[in-house]
Amino acid sequence: MELLLILLLGIMYAAGVYLILRRSMIKLLLGIMMMGNGTNILIFVMGSITKGKPPVINTNHNIFQDIYADPIPQALILTAIVISFALSAFAIVLLKRAYALLQKDDLDDLNTPEEEDI
Amino acid sequence: MIDNHILAAIFVHLITAILQLIAWRKTITQRYLSVGGTFLALIVAIRLFEKVYTDGTLTLNASNWEAPFGIVFVADLLAVTLVLLTSIAGFAVSIFSTTGLSRQRMMYGYFPIFHFLLMGLIGAFLTGDIFNLYVWFEVIIISSFVLMTLGGRKAQLEGAIKYMALNILASMFFLTGIGILYGITGSLNMADLAFKIQAVKNQTLIGITSIFFILGFGIKSAVFPLYYWLPSSYHTPPSAVAATFGGLLTKVGIYAMLRVFSLIFIPDDFTKQLLLVIAVLTILTGALGALVKTNVRRLFSYLIVCHIGFMVGGLAMFTKIALMGTIFYLIHDIMVKTNMFLIAGVIRQLRGSMDLAKLGGIYGEYPKISLLIAIVLFSLVGIPPLSGFWPKIFLFQEAFGQGQYIYVAALIVGSLVTLYVIAQMWSEVFWKNAPDPSVLENKFEPMPLFKKILLILPVAILAGASLYIGLYAEGVVQVADRISNELIDTTPYIEAVLGPKR
Amino acid sequence: MRSTILQTATRYLLPILLLFSVFLLLRGHYFPGGGFVGGLVASIAFVLHSFANGAEASMKIMRRKPLSLIPIGLGLAVLSVIIPTFFGYPPMTGLWLEEKFPVIGSVGTALFFDIGVYLVVLGVVLTILFTISLTQD
Repeated sequence: MELLLILLLGIMYAAGVYLILRRSMIKLLLGIMMMGNGTNILIFVMGSITKGKPPVINTNHNIFQDIYADPIPQALILTAIVISFALSAFAIVLLKRAYALLQKDDLDDLNTPEEEDI
Repeated sequence: MIDNHILAAIFVHLITAILQLIAWRKTITQRYLSVGGTFLALIVAIRLFEKVYTDGTLTLNASNWEAPFGIVFVADLLAVTLVLLTSIAGFAVSIFSTTGLSRQRMMYGYFPIFHFLLMGLIGAFLTGDIFNLYVWFEVIIISSFVLMTLGGRKAQLEGAIKYMALNILASMFFLTGIGILYGITGSLNMADLAFKIQAVKNQTLIGITSIFFILGFGIKSAVFPLYYWLPSSYHTPPSAVAATFGGLLTKVGIYAMLRVFSLIFIPDDFTKQLLLVIAVLTILTGALGALVKTNVRRLFSYLIVCHIGFMVGGLAMFTKIALMGTIFYLIHDIMVKTNMFLIAGVIRQLRGSMDLAKLGGIYGEYPKISLLIAIVLFSLVGIPPLSGFWPKIFLFQEAFGQGQYIYVAALIVGSLVTLYVIAQMWSEVFWKNAPDPSVLENKFEPMPLFKKILLILPVAILAGASLYIGLYAEGVVQVADRISNELIDTTPYIEAVLGPKR
Repeated sequence: MRSTILQTATRYLLPILLLFSVFLLLRGHYFPGGGFVGGLVASIAFVLHSFANGAEASMKIMRRKPLSLIPIGLGLAVLSVIIPTFFGYPPMTGLWLEEKFPVIGSVGTALFFDIGVYLVVLGVVLTILFTISLTQD
């Protein structure tokens, strides 16, 4: 299970880097989102996965006796997901506006000389 | 010592933002709220600074969870100094925004987002938890994205895409670093990490993790190979926004580096060498960029990059005097850089342009304003009694002492280029004969006196702060001295967070 | 493209999804769920409605602008964060009423924080959605 996740993580990072290095704005966005999800899986793997052992104390115990899942990585991933949700929502709106203005999907065309700055 | 009032400044900004959201589209109410809110935050920040200066580090366990488990907020002297400076800069920018910004931008929610940005900055300075630092960073960058695109001109959107892509990448590096760090140590509290890092056997892994943090904070603070987003985006938003960005955003990166590399990853020789090389190249490339630009704000953008190198160099040497230089420079830089972009806004109001070729004759028409601006420019260059001069003495002294002659040379080149660029700008903008009046678009002259004061007052406030830093350097040196002591010997910080039992 | 099947289904799904989102919101403190997920489910209900009937129709059934939910939600969250400081606890400490309410369960500051998050998420998602789908330039 862990090995599978680590492979997935590597693929997601590689695909993310590849997409970011393309020229298209949409691929840039997809790459960023993919790398963000890769990072979330990294935190998940780093928190050492235990199967079927939630961090819940039985009613008749007052301490953890078994191996249990670390709850913090889940909290971290949840926070990271919320943040990346906000970021990608903003990025989609931004790229849509930029595309409406430029009519091009090429990052190399983002250098129109500015007539006058404000 | 535990204190509930650490977060007061954050709540002041948050509540101001909420009230402004309720007063959506009522721009006049929003303006009053903004000036009132930043003023209140300034008072709160001054009180917090006084308290920490006399009583020492204060902490606050959010949600009443004990220190290594919950999120802890730590107000040590470095943090509260930066909170104070942020509040001063925020107050000035807020006054400037009331007139220096088009009404259309205010309609789209400039003020609430501005307050969210200030809240994020203060939170980032005060937190003692590394993941919480990441969250505050995200609050900062999301607000800055919105501020940067507000208005939606073509150049702004183009700048914003570059800014967005690289800043998201930076937070991703930062988050990856945090993930690995948590995997190694199982802790997120920075004071707790300081212990657990030392106990880790595989120190090479720690070194590699620290590279993630250098990359993440390096993009944020715009150091050499990672700064290209800054000059290609900072000249696009309105001046009030650029002032907040130029004065404060890159400095959060420097703050995070100072915090993380003094507390968690104590720099070894390799890291020091790496940071020093980065610093030298940042100074040189920033200076070269500033030499060739003919637009006031593009020029200032490169000067930001150049001066970031000074501070990174001080961190790289990592001795008490070098850190004093860095911290003094940080204090000076926040005040001056914010003011520089406000001045660019004033110039734009006076002449309707920011291109050096189209400017001129401001000294002849407005001698008093020009003299005020001259104080700021001299502070930036570092003419002896003014604020830019003192930190460089410390940096020079330490660099000579350690025999880092390349860094010394870079410092000299950086200072001279700053002098040259500013002198050139002064002669082009203020002394040169005014261009043909038909191309001028003077928005300043027809304004009522009240609005004129609102434009000039923030520049005067920040110039006053710079003068204070320069002329009462003794007091600032004492603060910098205590901060650098706390950075070198982190035991008081750790004891304040985790209790004295360890 | 309007599909009658989707429109009819949405008429029944919208209230069920909204009810489910409130259920998720209320059970969130001890079980999977919470303000964020609840808010997302509620906004998905409106997204579905706007798929079936168009964004203008969804705007109409919202009655007021989704943007106005954000300050209300933020205000609730801030209040629930600040209230513990009046009792001498650090901000964000969970304070709970001892009596349990029927249906809702125990009531405390954390619940109001969750409701705040719910409203903010709903407001933000719908604002973004309407911004994207109503600008046709």
